[in-house]
Amino acid sequence: MSLVQQSSPHAHGARPTSRVMLVVILTTLPGLVAQTWFFGWGNLINVVWCVLLALGAEAAMLKLRHKPVAFFLRDNTAAVTGLLLGLSLPQFAPWWVSAVAVISAIVLAKQLYGGLGANPFNPAMVGYALVLVSFPVAMTTNWAGAVTLPDAPGFGETLNTIFGGQQAAIDAWTMATPLDEYKHKIASHTATEVLQHPTFGTGVAQGWEWVNGAFLLGGLALVALRIITWHIPVSLLASLGLMSLAFGSNADQYAPLSLHLLAGGTMLGAFFIATDPVSAATSHQGKLIYGACIGVLIYTIRSWGNYPDAVAFSVLLMNFAVPFIDHYTPPRTYGHHKPRRGIPGKAG
Amino acid sequence: MTQLWNFPGGIHPPENKHQSTARPIRKAGIPERLILPLQQHIGAPAEPLVQPGDKVLKGQKLADVTSGMGVPVHASTSGTIVGIELLPVPHPSGMSDWCIVLEPDGDDAWCELSPIADYRKLHRDDVLNLIREAGISGMGGAGFPTNIKLRPPSDRKVSTLIINGAECEPYITADDMAMRERADQIHGGIKIMSWILRPERCVIAIEDNKPEAVEAMRKASEGTQAEVVVVPTKYPSGGEKQLIQILTGMEVPSGGIPADIGVMCQNVGTAMAVYRAINRGEPLISRITTVTGAGVDDPGNFEALIGTPTRHLLDQAGFHPERVNRLILGGPMMGYTLEDTSVPVIKTTNCLIAATENELPMPPPEQPCIRCGMCAEVCPMELLPQQLFWHARAQDFDRAEHLNLFDCIECGACSFVCPSSIPLVQYYRYAKGEIRTQRAEQIKADRARERFEARQARLEREQEEKERRREERARAAAEAQKKKEAEAEKAVAEGEATDERSARAAMVQQALERKKARPAAAATSEASTEKPDIESLEKQLNQAKGKLETMESMLDDARAAQADNVEKLERAVAKNLDRVKRAEDALTEARKQLETEDGQ
Repeated sequence: MSLVQQSSPHAHGARPTSRVMLVVILTTLPGLVAQTWFFGWGNLINVVWCVLLALGAEAAMLKLRHKPVAFFLRDNTAAVTGLLLGLSLPQFAPWWVSAVAVISAIVLAKQLYGGLGANPFNPAMVGYALVLVSFPVAMTTNWAGAVTLPDAPGFGETLNTIFGGQQAAIDAWTMATPLDEYKHKIASHTATEVLQHPTFGTGVAQGWEWVNGAFLLGGLALVALRIITWHIPVSLLASLGLMSLAFGSNADQYAPLSLHLLAGGTMLGAFFIATDPVSAATSHQGKLIYGACIGVLIYTIRSWGNYPDAVAFSVLLMNFAVPFIDHYTPPRTYGHHKPRRGIPGKAG
Repeated sequence: MTQLWNFPGGIHPPENKHQSTARPIRKAGIPERLILPLQQHIGAPAEPLVQPGDKVLKGQKLADVTSGMGVPVHASTSGTIVGIELLPVPHPSGMSDWCIVLEPDGDDAWCELSPIADYRKLHRDDVLNLIREAGISGMGGAGFPTNIKLRPPSDRKVSTLIINGAECEPYITADDMAMRERADQIHGGIKIMSWILRPERCVIAIEDNKPEAVEAMRKASEGTQAEVVVVPTKYPSGGEKQLIQILTGMEVPSGGIPADIGVMCQNVGTAMAVYRAINRGEPLISRITTVTGAGVDDPGNFEALIGTPTRHLLDQAGFHPERVNRLILGGPMMGYTLEDTSVPVIKTTNCLIAATENELPMPPPEQPCIRCGMCAEVCPMELLPQQLFWHARAQDFDRAEHLNLFDCIECGACSFVCPSSIPLVQYYRYAKGEIRTQRAEQIKADRARERFEARQARLEREQEEKERRREERARAAAEAQKKKEAEAEKAVAEGEATDERSARAAMVQQALERKKARPAAAATSEASTEKPDIESLEKQLNQAKGKLETMESMLDDARAAQADNVEKLERAVAKNLDRVKRAEDALTEARKQLETEDGQ
């Protein structure tokens, strides 16, 4: 009888990180299905390509860092980074754009900072922001217009576009995103005129409302499964909505609330990107502040900045603020009158 | 319906309680030998009152704490003391400590017991003393001496007495079974404790997964002040602080005790022991312990004699050593693993889990923290476990303390849910230990500095005194010189009138007379002052000696009790020693002087 010597607790009931990440992957599937149905095969191809690249880059870096490769690859976090990039990049983005985004996400933003758990910035968003700044044309002209899958370019054609550089062939299928269209046309047109554009379709924004709805559904599942808490998505959406109501009530000047919530990457950002635990604030109060500030930044950049969408920049900017938020938002511990804010020895 | 509050966080681990509630409480019987550790709870260890070879009776006091906080240890059965040895005791470190080893004679013969027919006729302090004499310490966890807990600081009035029957840890059913089968005894104990404390409210808190216990306790306490309150099952509802929050909505101030907010918690097992001690006169010599886990065929609860080796207890439940992979004393959340089966059951041993590999598997390898925050979600103390972990790992103890590390109750909920299977509690224990060590070293360094400074000041003072005395002597000498000169001058002036020769003769005469007179005067004056001086010096010496003795005995006591004023006492003893020496020196000096005077 050789007895194990272990420190308490002896019972464990955790979902391991790999399982948590797997659930995250599964809950993005409704969104991916909606994307594929309304915008063709592009997102699916991107997702597969980005995930493979992410796993490859992660494995190479782990090898270089003399870390156990299989042990860390199994945690599925690299796959999630690849997946999120594949979901957010333009459908017809050339393969090298995705490659730059994924490799910089994994190599620069994650592994060079120390790997899982040590990255101050959301890796996927670092990759996204990098290619958005570096390749503005490729990142704005390769969005698919909304058509249902049977009418969209075929799988082979899409593959060829992405990997073969046959950009001209699908020019007829690309279209500006609704937020982009609205932002650039509203200066010289009325809201009614702008909304005539086919990118808006008959609903809020052709196809986009369904994609956002599907991500919302997946996100709610994450909250229900207690993978994430409600604080960040709710505060983010609430502040974005309030900003829109406060500043953008005139539809002839600014995009309406419905577009802010249901076009662009809002739901994917609110539930899957801003909630990345590694780079987000920790306490409930901190999460509320963090989410709300992202919402404000998204609205600010979308309305008064140069970019039609702003999830990546907003999240990254707030990643900077996380240590600061964390210092000032610890919860009040049992038996204490108030939370102990700030840094020991300093006022707070 | 009593209002209940919720406490934040908490978890619902698999309960695994049904295995050990199928059969009634059994007697574990008398083992071949009993091992009675001299220290079974926080406070001072007891000192043996018996010697190897002594025959003792069941219930006889074997060891007691003479100074410091603690309660006595009694013989769990009649037999012979065969040794007082260093043996492994129940402790997370697997350390050994002094134990009295008792070989039972099988007669199980009681010593004379003195039950109290009506404790209400006694003074409360006498009842508290009886509880102390019965060796009762808290039987739920830490094992704080019950008599001390039952006498809160005089400025704290206990308005709510909580009897903790929550028993929230998985596997453990000792309190559950005790409440089911011995509700009357428990209630008897509650009555005594209520009589001592006179609370406005007395609540028996039981988790809703123990309906039989609730029923039994309701029946036993019908028509009395005690009210049975059913609390929702959620770990760690049985934690003192959490239970107080559930029942009163109040929080025990950080670093304080429940009495600060007018609350006191007592375990149901303790209540039972109090009843037996007062109404039957029986000291605490046995307790109910759950023996469970897949490593035993016949799990259940046993009334085990204090000192029963765990092996004996496990065997009663059909132990299969080959199946067992880890042996836990306590529950799976807060218990600790045992190295072997020789350690004895003590007053705080509520559960023994013989777990198989399948039952409680080794956790997977630790992964990096991804700050998912699940630990913070389940923390009942509303700490930030992941931040504490980062700071503990980085040895940034200031920050860990700033984030209230010392409020952590080590319930293990955070480790339980951690998806990266990080042994968080272990990190906190490490950080706490390091901080405590640092503090102790700081105190030691401070004391050393104080000592050095005090010595330095004393040396300076002595130097100054010496200097002053030297100056005084010099001044006195100078004055004497002056006087002499003045006299001489006077004489000269007087002599000027007469003839110079006769004047010189007179001066010589005067000088001679002075010389003759001086020793005589000195002798008389010194003899008159010196004699009483010796007497007072002797008196001083005796006084100093007496004081030194008391100081030394106090120091010994303090050392035995490991009190924190040991340093201070050591210094005091050294000072007194010094004083005695000086007094002796002064005395011998004085005597010597006297002798020389006498010799003259």
